[in-house]
Amino acid sequence: MKAQAFSYVRPATIAQALDAFAGADGAATYIAGGQSLVPAMALRLQAPELLIDIAHLAELRGIALDEDGGLRLGALTRHAEAHDDPLIAAHAPLLALAAPFVAHPAIRNRGTLGGSVALADPASEFPAMMLALGATIEVAGPEGTRRIAAEDFFQDLYQTTMEPGELLVAFHIPAARPGDRCVFDELARRRGDYALVGCGVKLAMPAGTVDEARIAFLAVGPIPTRARNAEDALAGTRLDAEGIRAAQAALGADLDPQDDDQVPGAMRLHLARVLLGRLLGRLASAP
Amino acid sequence: MNAPLGALDRPNSYIGRSVSRPNAKRLLAGRGRYVTDLALPRMLHAAFLRSPYVHARIVSIDTEAARAMPGVRLVATGADLAALCTPWTGTLDHFKGMKSAPQHPLPLDEVTWSGQAVVAVVAESRAEAEDALGAIEIAFEDLPAVADLDAALRPDADRAANGAEDNLCFRARLDTGDVEDRFAAAAHVVEEEFRFGRHTAVTLEPRAILADWDASEGKLTVHHATQTPYQFQDLYSRHYGIPEANVRVIAPDIGGSFGMKLHVYHEDMAVIGLSMLCARPVKFVADRLESFVSDIHARDHRVRARMAVDASGEILAMDVDDATAIGAFSTYPRTSAVEGNQVIRLMGAPYRFRSYRAELSVVFQNKVQTSQYRAVGHPIACAVTERLVDMAAERLGLDPAEIRARNLIPDDAYPCDSPTGYKFEALSHQESLARLKALMDYDGLRAEQATLRARGVHRGIGIASFVEISNPSPAFYGIGGARISAQDGAVVSVTPSGEVRCAISVTEQGQGTETIVGQIVADQLGVPRERVRVTTGDTETTPHGGATWACRGAGIGGETALQAARRLRSNILSLAGTILQAKPADLDLRDGIVVEASSGSERIALSELARIAYFRSDTLPPDTSAQLTVAHHYAPQGYPFAFTNGIQGCHVELDAETGFVTILKHWVVEDCGRIINPLLVDEQIRGGVVQGLGAAFFEECRYDEDGQLTNGSLADYLVPMACEMPDIVVGHIETPTADTVLGAKGCGEAGTAASSAAALNAVNDAMRPFGASIAQLPMTPTRILAALGQF
Repeated sequence: MKAQAFSYVRPATIAQALDAFAGADGAATYIAGGQSLVPAMALRLQAPELLIDIAHLAELRGIALDEDGGLRLGALTRHAEAHDDPLIAAHAPLLALAAPFVAHPAIRNRGTLGGSVALADPASEFPAMMLALGATIEVAGPEGTRRIAAEDFFQDLYQTTMEPGELLVAFHIPAARPGDRCVFDELARRRGDYALVGCGVKLAMPAGTVDEARIAFLAVGPIPTRARNAEDALAGTRLDAEGIRAAQAALGADLDPQDDDQVPGAMRLHLARVLLGRLLGRLASAP
Repeated sequence: MNAPLGALDRPNSYIGRSVSRPNAKRLLAGRGRYVTDLALPRMLHAAFLRSPYVHARIVSIDTEAARAMPGVRLVATGADLAALCTPWTGTLDHFKGMKSAPQHPLPLDEVTWSGQAVVAVVAESRAEAEDALGAIEIAFEDLPAVADLDAALRPDADRAANGAEDNLCFRARLDTGDVEDRFAAAAHVVEEEFRFGRHTAVTLEPRAILADWDASEGKLTVHHATQTPYQFQDLYSRHYGIPEANVRVIAPDIGGSFGMKLHVYHEDMAVIGLSMLCARPVKFVADRLESFVSDIHARDHRVRARMAVDASGEILAMDVDDATAIGAFSTYPRTSAVEGNQVIRLMGAPYRFRSYRAELSVVFQNKVQTSQYRAVGHPIACAVTERLVDMAAERLGLDPAEIRARNLIPDDAYPCDSPTGYKFEALSHQESLARLKALMDYDGLRAEQATLRARGVHRGIGIASFVEISNPSPAFYGIGGARISAQDGAVVSVTPSGEVRCAISVTEQGQGTETIVGQIVADQLGVPRERVRVTTGDTETTPHGGATWACRGAGIGGETALQAARRLRSNILSLAGTILQAKPADLDLRDGIVVEASSGSERIALSELARIAYFRSDTLPPDTSAQLTVAHHYAPQGYPFAFTNGIQGCHVELDAETGFVTILKHWVVEDCGRIINPLLVDEQIRGGVVQGLGAAFFEECRYDEDGQLTNGSLADYLVPMACEMPDIVVGHIETPTADTVLGAKGCGEAGTAASSAAALNAVNDAMRPFGASIAQLPMTPTRILAALGQF
């Protein structure tokens, strides 16, 4: 199939991009890496009249530490950069750990973190990792910029709290602390496929005890999902077998995956428990 | 390399040597010329509006708005094309009682599967044609759909096609008459119900066709991504009423076919008519979504089977019921019954038992048509047989290799036949088993398996013996009335510069046909391989032949090339004798030079001989006949098919908590007779194995209960990828067929024939400690976990 005809503009600033959107009567779409949008257009699942190419906006670039020590990731950060960048490895290691599981190298070279999170595919790795990292998402709109906690960002399947025309500018991720431990893995039929279930874990363990646990799952429901009961079950433990079993058991209250034509909900919950147990076991046995 | 030395084993023979493909560099350099690459002057593009309904009556079609869209040159319906093209029916005479409804390029009043093309738009660009599709209004009246095998066979079932008396396309029975007695007397009976999912070819290059009707001369030229240009020349000629000599079909570079590119597709037939209606070239390239709903699917079998064994582990009998669900009609011209027919005839083929009964039901339903795809029927017959053999071994407490050793046909028992009537000239099952055990260190793997099991690591080892049908005679299609040739033709020439051209009817889709033909011609003539140019795939410039299907390129096409080259060589030496005033029998052609046979001393270069023949015939005696072009045809004689055999081993590790399986390694020992090019045989085997492993673990066209395909994209339909594939070790045994000089048999389907069976046995072997088993392909994590009772 061939995409329907469309117009194209390449603004030089965020303000120009927002103006272009405002002038398009709701028929415009921003394009950055295009790794989801272009196939959707080729399949005529989406047929915007105007593409606003934000891939060249300097304001959306950059990986740097804020004055408060947190990490600012420009929305245009590529998946491949998430894998390679030393600042990301230091402060947002879950992004680096998840990156190799995101599709294939050619896609990772083009796809952007902002695009992935704005699309809010619940089976994608980066949206769930933003939850696990406690990221805050900076968006720009006609009324100015605002910040949204990742917790509040994902609303439903492919739906976020961003308003039409708003532009994802950057992610703000709290600085890593000594004793933070992170791990990611997923179960996918083939390397690079969407996972049957995936999970990122970030534990604050400054002194051998879990002070805080953040556990986020992908592909278990309409939005990336924090496993708060499992987190609570882990908190205060020394990450021993009993604590891990308790966290696994608690997942039943956290996740309610639905049946689909491939994977029954009960199996997905089972896989989530197996995966969480393995991830926590890996952290427990790590030096 | 254990075949006796013969005429083909000359020093420096090209036959048996791993030489790379002459066309590989061109394709890698991006200089391939596929149908998609072609752009003709005034070329238009076709797009098709497809039915969203699984089964519906077409009430009305309104194309007025679409005709007025930018760039649109034609909007055509079923009625427009039926005025030009006669209908076709996918039956063969030797399948007694088979029935199927007539087909038209586009439907007249009924759609019978979701995705069926209904209206064609021809426009200046594909994008404009697709724009216009959105402006077409079709009123459908929904009809009950048939989407379930058992439901389809009930007497009160809805019909997959309106007006059909029932949903049964074909039924066949085989019975040696003594099966009940054998089962009654057996020490053990094992039985299982197997399910084999639908899958499809997923060629890298999708279907593509460019039809160019020249009204001034009444000539049709079709650039077509097909395996069988001659078959399509005949079909376009007869269905569109164009004299055969006025139809030219050109198959340029082809990006894979696997049996998928030799069937009649409605869109392809329509494109011929669209070009005639527009009097302009019209191109259609199926996109991937269209491929999933219009390329043939394959498999979709449910087999209930049982096997009787005596107390010593000797197999006594098999009893099989195969039901297979095809589309709403049978595919033309090779039908949709061949797979089922081969399933019931290949069951148990490697083994000695003589008592057999089978029933086959081929059933219509409202899904994409099914037909021949790589290893037609073999993987199903092999998986059923080999799993039952493993089940019998388990019952008896025998090792799977041991029960096979006791039951495989002995290597000195040939010629012999199978209980289903197949005749075997010479096979090597026992030697293959012994070679496989050594190749995979079978005993070592078993010991390792026991050790690892104690540590909670669950590995499985599966083996599967197989036979493969190759070199088909007219017994395959010709006797059924289909105009599908079992013979091939070659024209071999010496050019004025002393180079060699071979135009041959077998075709190239990436497997290396042209390479092996070049090797054979060079070898048999006695010229350097680099000086042989092979041409394929054009009905205007190559002689008529069967082309490429069912493993026949090397065995039949290769023998054709061999015989043609030998005749040309004889002509060359005869002419050399005249020029040199020597006896032709005393001369030989070696490395492009005519030499004295006894001493090897050079007498005259082929280039010099050609110069004289083409430009200075005045210097030759008056009665000299310099025949430096030979046309030659060869049809298989002797055995109706040249069976090949082999055995495969698969080693897997099961993650019993997740249901995921890692394929650790795979081994194949195969016997395709004379090996012309070991490198290409290995590639064929490995590619075939991967397609079989795809069927075993990944590939499935999934339908919902209403008959809608739910995973028709490459995001959801899982083809096997390199990361998940194991190393594949290939060993060879050579038992040449005596039916030909060359002695080659086919190897293109051997890998696919048994790899899914070996994988099925390996996974079941890994599941044994859990008391669980699986009998459905593909073996997805969901099915494995369900079998393990994990959720």
